[in-house]
Amino acid sequence: MIRGDKLSKVYGTTTAVSSTDIHVRDAAITVIMGGSGSGKTTLLRLLAGLEKPTAGHIWYGDEDLCTMTDDRLYELRESMGMLFQYSALLNSLNVYDNVAFPLHEHTDLDEEVIRTMVSMKLEQVGLRGFEHLMPSELSGGMAKRVAFARAMAMDPKIVFFDEPTSGLDPISAGVISTLIRETSTKNRMTSIVVTHDVGAGLSMADNVILLWQGRIIAEGTPDEIRHSDDERVQQFLEGRPDGPIPFSRSTTSYVDDLTHKPGTVRLES
Amino acid sequence: MSDVTFVQQSALAIFFGRLGRSTLSGMEKLGDATMLGFHALGLIFSKPWQGKHFVLQLYALGVGSLAIIVVTGAFTGMVLALQGYYTLAKFGSESLLGAGVGMSIIRELGPVLGAFMIIGRAGSSITAEIGIMRVTEQTDALEMMAVNPKRRILLPRIVAVIIAVPLLVAIFDVVGIGSGYIVGVELLGVNPGAYIAELVAKVGMHDIYGGLVKSVVFGFLIGMICSYMGYRSTPTTEGVAQATTQAVVISSVSVLIVDYILTSFYL
Repeated sequence: MIRGDKLSKVYGTTTAVSSTDIHVRDAAITVIMGGSGSGKTTLLRLLAGLEKPTAGHIWYGDEDLCTMTDDRLYELRESMGMLFQYSALLNSLNVYDNVAFPLHEHTDLDEEVIRTMVSMKLEQVGLRGFEHLMPSELSGGMAKRVAFARAMAMDPKIVFFDEPTSGLDPISAGVISTLIRETSTKNRMTSIVVTHDVGAGLSMADNVILLWQGRIIAEGTPDEIRHSDDERVQQFLEGRPDGPIPFSRSTTSYVDDLTHKPGTVRLES
Repeated sequence: MSDVTFVQQSALAIFFGRLGRSTLSGMEKLGDATMLGFHALGLIFSKPWQGKHFVLQLYALGVGSLAIIVVTGAFTGMVLALQGYYTLAKFGSESLLGAGVGMSIIRELGPVLGAFMIIGRAGSSITAEIGIMRVTEQTDALEMMAVNPKRRILLPRIVAVIIAVPLLVAIFDVVGIGSGYIVGVELLGVNPGAYIAELVAKVGMHDIYGGLVKSVVFGFLIGMICSYMGYRSTPTTEGVAQATTQAVVISSVSVLIVDYILTSFYL
């Protein structure tokens, strides 16, 4: 089980994650949702060990990620995968070498076996036959599908998905959502998905965590979240601009700004 | 009633405050760069061996810089021959032209100008490439694929530059002395035997070792500074642009400062 205790992450004067406790269930899909700037990607990066928390601890079983040696962390990561929001394919390698990269690095398999495995992974995302293309020749959606194939190359036990469906057409988004659901169930994989796509998130999740201002405001099964009494949860699910979660981030009055700025017209009451 | 008190600071205090903060920040960065560079170099004998990546980087950074080194070396030798001939002719010592060109290039101009060219051609590309890998999360992707980016990205580049700079400087020296010969002997009429004889007589192994040590140290500096600047750049377009500019400026200034220190030891 992955557990975060009293996790905080502060960048300068901005608190991205604030004293958050999180439990990720094994062999289940945990979907972290929230608006832009709610701290969900930071939380994902903390759990993946890509960022060190300002305070708190992250536990993988009984091992603390924050005090782990580099060697142990890399050993642990051989059983992890991550799909990045903007794919993060290695620019100097073609599609085949990108997907085969973890297999080349961590296994002694024959090239023929690797070729078969890469073909299978690319077939899953509908890109078999595109092995020779370079990342610069792929559309955003294709790059994301290749990144998905790469994240799954080692059949990982834990996979982090950062906005897996953003920037994809509806068909590709549907295929990726289904793949996450099917692969997680079939391989008993622990999946942590960050998304602001309510439909995709609720359809694939076993457990949903809703974040606002770096704190968890709701947690439960998709049904529990759908039927939550919390006004903030309902506003987020329905995408309403008015409610306890303000759309505007401005802290000063718009009229004050307009009337006191030099060069603007002063409004007479 | 507020318990906050405001103290009027003198201009001198503000000046020294800023100086202190920027000195501390500079020292912190120097420490960070040294730690990062040596951490990467310390991974050289650990598995998996990065031989293929050393060769690829040596080709990209070394062979890629060859043309600019040859052109710079040729014109430096030619200008030195012209200027040297003009000065030596006043004393009737044109025969010393070979020694003058050889000493200047091997001891000083080869390592320094060669290093500047390599900073512009290879150093800037190291910083920009690593910076872009940060912007596009490729370094994070390597981390998540259990591949240490310090071993995979930094180490091959630092080692490749340390090896490439002395080799390129040697080529710069040969081309410079050769082009000096062409200008001095073929165009200005210096005796070819005198040019070669004085070159061989006056330039000793001590001078060659001095140039070699300088070029290895410059390679080390360029590799460390440019890799560090890319790896620690702010992951934005502006951040990478700024890091690349800073890498070129800091590497060039460091080369000049270290050149003075090494020259004072090797004179």
